[in-house]
Amino acid sequence: MESLPIVIQILSLSGALGFMYFIARLIIKGKLREEYSFIWIACTIILIVFSIWRKGLEQISLALGVFYPPSLIFLAAIFAIIIFLVHLSVVNSKMQQSVKELTHEIAFLKKELAQLREHDKLESLGTPLVTES
Amino acid sequence: MGGTDFRVLIVVPCYNEEEAIATVVAEINYIKHQYGLNLDVLVVNDQSTDNSLAVIQKLDCLYLNLPVNLGIGGAMHAGYKYAFRYGYDVAVQMDGDGQHPAEELPKVLQPIFEGRADVVIGSRFLERTGFQSTYVRRLGITYFRWLNQSLIGKAIHDSTSGFRAFNRRTICITNAYYPDEYPEPESIVQFGLHKLRILEVPVIMRERQGGTSSITLAKSIYYMFKVTMGTLFVYIRLQNKQRNYGVVTDCYSDT
Repeated sequence: MESLPIVIQILSLSGALGFMYFIARLIIKGKLREEYSFIWIACTIILIVFSIWRKGLEQISLALGVFYPPSLIFLAAIFAIIIFLVHLSVVNSKMQQSVKELTHEIAFLKKELAQLREHDKLESLGTPLVTES
Repeated sequence: MGGTDFRVLIVVPCYNEEEAIATVVAEINYIKHQYGLNLDVLVVNDQSTDNSLAVIQKLDCLYLNLPVNLGIGGAMHAGYKYAFRYGYDVAVQMDGDGQHPAEELPKVLQPIFEGRADVVIGSRFLERTGFQSTYVRRLGITYFRWLNQSLIGKAIHDSTSGFRAFNRRTICITNAYYPDEYPEPESIVQFGLHKLRILEVPVIMRERQGGTSSITLAKSIYYMFKVTMGTLFVYIRLQNKQRNYGVVTDCYSDT
């Protein structure tokens, strides 16, 4: 495989940096929690490394005995995506559990509030009767 | 029957049961006065999309109105938590669709009052009377019986029955954990591993009085799969807990 031409190297480097800037913006604006940003920052760092280290992919493929270097990218990318999806499922399960707990608490509070209101209403209704007698 | 010193909470999960719920509550209240029971009815409205909430609010009962639809497991869990927090001695689950006649209530309560069992399950199949459910459903129930028997060594004939009574210890256990979706067969394994005394009593069930079953034919395969997974995982989880800590719960009979 030919080494990557300089144009594509600059393009991929600027793309990776742009992506990193985008992630950073999301974190600063509070739209992305830090714990989820780690994986994205890690991804951009890998992108930057391979944009600079032009022969890296070929050398790693050779070392691992992979015949066609781009297939290594696919393998790594799919693996990373699956891991991240499992992570999201775990986060989602935790969230579902929290929603259930919160729903229970809100239902209990609503019930107590209704009872308190009922109690207040009875008291305020009772007051004039007492003053009359 | 005795048991007036026991505070009983009847938990009725309600999802779109505007036609049946009033009768269900009225029947329970009738039995309450007939036997002089110290009993409260708690209807858990699980975000019904019909007029259920308005109907419930006019009835002589307590009610919880869940702000988010949680499904039967989440709704029942809310009821058991309520029973635990407000110090009830006995909790009974009864469906909101009128399948479980209130006249059968004393049968499931009596063994708890006498201290003969921790969990009482009203079973359709011990005596073959009343509504026996559909063929496909019975096939599934046979499978669950086999699954339960191989995991906890006790055959429960009607493991999908939602007509059950719990004593205080069981309430404490369900307060801490209750399965989310299709909880009935899974919770039997949970109770078995907590070494609770499970007793089945024959009851007569009716065909549902209104609404539609939460389990349609299309969902039944998913149901079987989900329940099998849930049952196996709760089994493994509690077995590990038992191995690591010696006990599976902090709930003892006097809690």
